[in-house]
Amino acid sequence: MLSLLLFLPIAGAIACLVLPRSQEGKARVVATVFTLANLAIALALFASFDQGDNALQFAERRTWIDAADAGFNVQYFIGVDGLSATLVLLTGLLFLVAALISWNITLRPREYFAWLLALETAVMGVFAAQDLILFFLFWELELVPMFFLISIWGTGRKEYSAMKFVLYTLFGSALMLVGFLVLGFSQGTFDMVELAEADITSAAMSLNAVFFLILAAFAIKLPVFPLHTWLPDAHTDAPTAVSVILAGVLLKMGGYGLIRILVGILPDQFETFDVYLAALAAFSVLYGAVLTVRQTDLKRLIAYSSVSHMGYVLLGVAALGDVALTGAALQMFTHGTITALLFVMVGLVYDRTHTRQISDLSGLAHIMPIAATVFVIAGLASLGLPTMSGFVAELLIFLGSFDHFEIQTGLAVFGILLSAGYILWTVQRVFFGPRPQRWEHLTDTTNWWEQVAMAGLVAMIIGVGVYPATIVDVLESGIIRTLGFDQ
Amino acid sequence: MLDTIPENAVWAIFFLPLASLLVILFLPRSQATAAGVVAALCIGAAFVLSLWALDSSLQADGHPLSFSSHEWLNVGDVLEVNVALNVDGLTAVMLVVVTSVSFLVQIYSMGYMKGDGGYWRYFAYMSLFTASMLGLILFNSILMVYVFWEMVGLSSYLLIGFWFHRPAAAAAAKKAFLVTRFGDLGFLMAILLIYVHAGTFDIAAIQDLAIAGAIGQTVLTWFALGVFAGAAGKSAQVPLHVWLPDAMEGPTPVSALIHAATMVAAGVYLVARMFPVFQVSPDAMSFAGAIGGLTALSAAMIGVVMVDIKRVLAYSTISQLGYMMLALGIGAYVAAIFHLFTHAFFKALLFLGSGSINHATNTFDMRLMGGLRKTMPITFITFVIGSLSLAGFFPLAGFWSKDEILSDAWAHERYLFYIALITAGLTAFYMFRAIFLTFFGEYRGGAEPETGAVVATLSNQAPVSTEPGGFEPDPVQAHAAAGAPHTAPEAHHGPHESPWLMVLPLILLSFPAILAGFANYNHDIEHLLVGALPEGAEVAEPTFRMGVAIAATIVPAVGVILAWAIYHAKVISAESLARLFRPVHSLLENKYYLDVLYERVVAGFLFHKALGGALATFERYIVDGAVNGAATSVRQTASVLRYLQSGQFQTYGALAFSSLVFTTVLVLVLSPL
Repeated sequence: MLSLLLFLPIAGAIACLVLPRSQEGKARVVATVFTLANLAIALALFASFDQGDNALQFAERRTWIDAADAGFNVQYFIGVDGLSATLVLLTGLLFLVAALISWNITLRPREYFAWLLALETAVMGVFAAQDLILFFLFWELELVPMFFLISIWGTGRKEYSAMKFVLYTLFGSALMLVGFLVLGFSQGTFDMVELAEADITSAAMSLNAVFFLILAAFAIKLPVFPLHTWLPDAHTDAPTAVSVILAGVLLKMGGYGLIRILVGILPDQFETFDVYLAALAAFSVLYGAVLTVRQTDLKRLIAYSSVSHMGYVLLGVAALGDVALTGAALQMFTHGTITALLFVMVGLVYDRTHTRQISDLSGLAHIMPIAATVFVIAGLASLGLPTMSGFVAELLIFLGSFDHFEIQTGLAVFGILLSAGYILWTVQRVFFGPRPQRWEHLTDTTNWWEQVAMAGLVAMIIGVGVYPATIVDVLESGIIRTLGFDQ
Repeated sequence: MLDTIPENAVWAIFFLPLASLLVILFLPRSQATAAGVVAALCIGAAFVLSLWALDSSLQADGHPLSFSSHEWLNVGDVLEVNVALNVDGLTAVMLVVVTSVSFLVQIYSMGYMKGDGGYWRYFAYMSLFTASMLGLILFNSILMVYVFWEMVGLSSYLLIGFWFHRPAAAAAAKKAFLVTRFGDLGFLMAILLIYVHAGTFDIAAIQDLAIAGAIGQTVLTWFALGVFAGAAGKSAQVPLHVWLPDAMEGPTPVSALIHAATMVAAGVYLVARMFPVFQVSPDAMSFAGAIGGLTALSAAMIGVVMVDIKRVLAYSTISQLGYMMLALGIGAYVAAIFHLFTHAFFKALLFLGSGSINHATNTFDMRLMGGLRKTMPITFITFVIGSLSLAGFFPLAGFWSKDEILSDAWAHERYLFYIALITAGLTAFYMFRAIFLTFFGEYRGGAEPETGAVVATLSNQAPVSTEPGGFEPDPVQAHAAAGAPHTAPEAHHGPHESPWLMVLPLILLSFPAILAGFANYNHDIEHLLVGALPEGAEVAEPTFRMGVAIAATIVPAVGVILAWAIYHAKVISAESLARLFRPVHSLLENKYYLDVLYERVVAGFLFHKALGGALATFERYIVDGAVNGAATSVRQTASVLRYLQSGQFQTYGALAFSSLVFTTVLVLVLSPL
């Protein structure tokens, strides 16, 4: 079942490519059907996930490269725990959203949707892989579709941004690969479960060095200050759907790696450096938020807000407790839905006005009342309003980390004031004010595909905010499993 | 005698306004005019149930009724968040205040908002507000208080910015949210702190632990100060009061309900709810008292110079909230909530009265009013009743609650007594100044709806969007358009009394404005409130002091006489007074320059320009500069190195040979070492 989830999108990608040129407009239908099917599988997986059982579920294991004599033993080993299952669900949801909001793509649609579907396979693979080498392969595989999606279908300095994104990530993954190899050879296996269970005390190089090599990749991906500057560029120049995926799920690969691999396999090293990580996290939160206030381009604004919000993830992970880690994991999920919705709305505004400059816009609520309402909902969720999912996540992180890091948490709490500032100021400038003559001709959202995408995300944000237990219980079983390796 | 209220009925109090919200959201737009009726019916039903809750609470002497607990969120065995209803004496009093005022305001709004393009949206927001406010007072957990605390903040944001086409309204909405959230940072940190040290969010449990001395003194003091920061933001205490005057940009019924009677009193409620904790942290107590006193006096002074009647009422509200906080600071827990109770009625009455005046004159600028007592007799009489009650004249509602505060202040903290007494005099002065300017003398013409732009920043109904099919016609225009009793030509002929939907709530609110003080005649409210406190929390017995009562009557009377002398008899010239005290006058007119300090200096310059600019430069040239610099240096190195891979055999040969020579030399040189 899990393999189906991984490779169904590839099948969809092939289906898109073999469409005859005269039928190329059908690619969007193919992509929508495949992402919908994948979401259905992800939902079934999530629903049948046994949260009482902290073990890996839906596991599949096959020998792949068997060079046991050389100490090199790679398996095709996939499976999900509560953490993976939730992120798989998020991935399924956001790729359907991405497919839906790409319906107006007319430039080479077959290739576009094929790359999008290939990307889904890579991301699903990262969240399901239970072997370090397999994890690394999926991690790298994600770059190829992203490079083409940004550099062909993007806007602005798209080639520069695509290249910056790829090189930055590659730089991190090269370091990560060294770390993985050292770890794997020291224990004679790349099996992530075995590695997590093993008490690793020595390797070919200092374990602290290994920790930092791997941390580099995840810190770039999350991203954490000062390794974040690829993000605003990539976001700004990517097409809307790719921004949605980038902010919604690709950043989560970094947070997921922190928990799954660093907390899971190198908990002692993590504990050694957690104070510094918490301080860095608090700084990221505030630094990102201050820069968000300064942005004049809507997409850059949301990109910088992501830097700030991902700081909370790092803070929660650094606190290394049940509550904080569950909060961090929930923050990944909720930030995925909230930021995706924000990008959808910005894309919608851009699609109609052809500008993302805040100074060009004003009073849009008169002309696009539905879009304005949904943007305000997404914004309120982003600033951590209770009854929306972001609040629960931030609350859990603060509750869990305040105990360990009073000062860092106290500083990070100021982020909720700054986020209220940049969100409400943006709403005021873009949507409020007198009826704008300049935009009189615009239409509100009228396409069913946009409306379905928006409604789904809004339902998810408010649903999790009002009754978070459904998601939290599953996430928590994954967190307990990860922390349990330590004992 | 009724039976004790069952749990489901209490849930219904909370869910009825929520149901109203949902019904209004899904009303077919052709039936949008039904929104007002839906809201009024649902909230009216909640009011009836609240009376039942009050009756049950009276029977239980204010002690908490027991209800079942529900699990909301649970992480491992570490964190458990349960939610249960809590109805005790304090809750019961608040329930009655919130539902009764909200009910009357909905009726008034059906008249005031008639024909507004956002009619259904208005009642949806009002329902959301009422549900959130009820949630704030109904739950037992401090976390739930925070949840609904933020939700009332949201409702307030939406309603202040209701006419979002007006830049002033949009800015005021944002300002209100941000300033209160600044205070909420303290509240949130207080919750984190108490959770770490007490391990629970349950208010009763926190109180018990505090009384039993199970939590350290320092923690309790910080907790109390954090809670107070949140309360100061919500209840507009100095220096976080700056958002409330601007909030007057919202529709006037909103000001009456949210920014006078209920939401702004939430801070006072929260401190009262946490009173046992404050009692064991004397530092936090005296801090609250001092801030309350400062707020009461400084806001009343600004009230004296405002020319916009709604701003006068706004500063009056700030001042009265300061009064309540002052009372809490000296331990007068009963008096504080009693004053909250009476204030809700007479201040809502006054705001609704100002809305009625605006309805007739199209302005809130008192310089354009005058003589309205002849044309608007009911508004006039009810407004005078509200003012007398606010000024604290025997035997109206305000007298009783204010007298209790003064009496307790006399006994416990003498300097606060004098502050409170001076404030009482100022209160009477500015209210009667408003009455003489508005209702006496000659009518000074009001404002035309079209010329509203002149008083744009002061007035509620201006500036008017003139585009055809504008998103939100303003009420006055809307009335004209809808052919309501007050058509444009009629308005042109002069002011007139408001329609019965607006006048009726004025009359109904006059009764509690006169009589609410007698609610405590048999110490009923006192029993309710004291019963709500946990075992071991001591409250001083309020005593009646004849001397204080006489002082509390004479000082406001002097205020009234002065107002009469200056603004009606004109034996003293207002202009020459202003000239005489010019520095003070301009300081007050500019609200102590706090808006300039916050908006221009702190937010605009220090934060956005200095800090933001510095970080933006750092980001561009250092953080990203390093990345691009690394990329450039790699490319430059590569551009040199690529000549090595030219594909020419000779080059490779030369390279290989020179490498060999180099290596040989290196080996020879290094080998002896």
